[in-house]
Amino acid sequence: MNRISFASTTRALFGLFALSVATAFAAPGEHPDIDLRVKACTGCHGAEGRAAADGYYPRIAGKPAGYLYNQLVNFRDGRRQYPLMSGLLHTLTDDYLQEIARHFSALDLPYPPPARSTQKPAVLAHGERLVRDGDPARDIPACASCHGSALTGVAPALPGLLGLPHDYLAAQLAGWKSGIRHAHAPDCMAEVARKLNAEDIQSVAHWLSSQPVSQGGKPAAALEKPLPIRCGGVTEAAR
Amino acid sequence: MKRLTLSALVIAALAATAVYVALKPASDTSPASPSADDPTALVARGEYLARAGNCLACHTAPGGAPGAGGRAMDTPFGTLYTGNLTSDAKTGLGQWSADDFWNALHDGRGRDGRLLYPAFPYTNYTRVTRADADALFAWLQTLPAVDQPNRAHALRFPYDTQAALLAWRTLYFKPGVFQPDAGKPAEWNRGAYLVQGLGHCSACHAPRNALGASTDPDALAGGLMPGQNWYAPSLTSPHEASVADWPQDEVVALLRDGVTPHATAAGPMAEVVFGSTQHLSAADLNAMAVYLKALPQTRPVKNEVAGVQDELRRERGAQLYADQCADCHGERGEGRPGVWPALAGNRAVSMDPPANAIRTVLGGGYAPATRGNPRPYGMPPFAASLSDDDIAMVVSHIRGSWGNGASPVSSVDVQRLRGNLR
Repeated sequence: MNRISFASTTRALFGLFALSVATAFAAPGEHPDIDLRVKACTGCHGAEGRAAADGYYPRIAGKPAGYLYNQLVNFRDGRRQYPLMSGLLHTLTDDYLQEIARHFSALDLPYPPPARSTQKPAVLAHGERLVRDGDPARDIPACASCHGSALTGVAPALPGLLGLPHDYLAAQLAGWKSGIRHAHAPDCMAEVARKLNAEDIQSVAHWLSSQPVSQGGKPAAALEKPLPIRCGGVTEAAR
Repeated sequence: MKRLTLSALVIAALAATAVYVALKPASDTSPASPSADDPTALVARGEYLARAGNCLACHTAPGGAPGAGGRAMDTPFGTLYTGNLTSDAKTGLGQWSADDFWNALHDGRGRDGRLLYPAFPYTNYTRVTRADADALFAWLQTLPAVDQPNRAHALRFPYDTQAALLAWRTLYFKPGVFQPDAGKPAEWNRGAYLVQGLGHCSACHAPRNALGASTDPDALAGGLMPGQNWYAPSLTSPHEASVADWPQDEVVALLRDGVTPHATAAGPMAEVVFGSTQHLSAADLNAMAVYLKALPQTRPVKNEVAGVQDELRRERGAQLYADQCADCHGERGEGRPGVWPALAGNRAVSMDPPANAIRTVLGGGYAPATRGNPRPYGMPPFAASLSDDDIAMVVSHIRGSWGNGASPVSSVDVQRLRGNLR
């Protein structure tokens, strides 16, 4: 009984914040000059935010707006630490960061084919298993259970995991595990990453970065099932 | 042996005196202001004054609760951590009285009588009137209590001692409320009060000596900001950031909007505009502009170009400029009015030391988002894509072109300023 009411409350709450996020990010028609105003971003993230070739800066084009906004705020307010990002953002307002997030989120650009992995099949298989099924014995949820079965994310605040370079993915997981990267509390990714060992992180990053991007990288409209774990960053997007 | 004992005695005596003087309550306490009749107005006034002093910028850790302190301040003497100003009784100012606060602001002493570090700019705040101090205190007492113990400073010996602070104060600190100059207009006096006092402009814009003191703070002759790798330009030099010949409304616009047709607030000044000056009243901004425009000016000197680059480096610098910069700043450094600043004839480019030009290429930056300029343009950082030497060559190209006539910079200059930007 308890369980049912918890689940339905969770669903109701989720519906509520999904609704308010949708309102918050309903694009009211972009200012025509926004592409000039975000030149500070595309210097590293590549033309139109498609990602540059150096293997570290992630693609930002087409990611869910709520996710992008959360990351901008996290860099500005010190939950994510990268001096070049925080230095750019420290005197920008929530409103402007939302506009920047909406701009990159709305870009619909094709993804290049993934780099061919040179890893051993066993490494890739271990990575794929963690991504699709997790490891119930170690209480590790599947990546797909939050980031969508197509791994292209779920609107408005859960990012896709495909089309990202290996080095970036591995650095983020390691950053969460060691406490360098934070999200809003409760920080579900930190909780998951702490259960991963170095081999898990490498395997997951190798497998994800070697996959073609399905569905044109577009995030799913809604979660198929409630999140298996509480995620502060997702709820915060509703505010 | 005798000599040793004597030295020890002298030191002990000095230390005892130091402790005695340090613990002696401040004698210069003006009577409490009687303006506490309307508490709401008092708090509102305090909030406004806190904006003028940008108190929360330093007393809030990144991502932390407003006013709860904990922000690290790097100095050449070690790292200081700002204090909790919230109304929390245990860890904040909850048990302080208006007199305690006055002693801190006016005389640089904590509630327990201990001397405070001048990174808390009481050398400026001492000019604040008792009435304004009381308003500030009334507002601080409304900050929601946050239980966050102050973090101990990490200073090197002997800077971590009260005796060192006492010596410093003896040399460089004289408490005293701002005294208006009867020979000057009211606007000038109001501007001087704000610039010298709460605005604490000299904390950055005045040179500091080896002990971190400004010997002539009101001159605002420019200073390197320790630990920040930025140069706060001179407000009195026509080669740097003097506004003597600017139209009055452009000075106001820079402080209010962070941007004018001819200048943009960047780096630490962007923070000042964002957290402080954009919130000030038109009258106060006008007064500050009047005062800043009237600062005694240094005479222009002919710029001597020191050091020449060889042909190869000059060519590489020009090529880098064409590839990386010209798209926005124009082939001849002309910029694009209202969007990208011109680099030709730009004082931020040609001033010495060249720290800000180099820092801007390394870290890029956005103008502050303000009511007057809510969607600023920005510049990407190049720290990750260009080497120290490339940055040196492109900055040298910009400083040496289009009549800028400034000396080239070296890769060592860039390396020194790079800090954690990579």
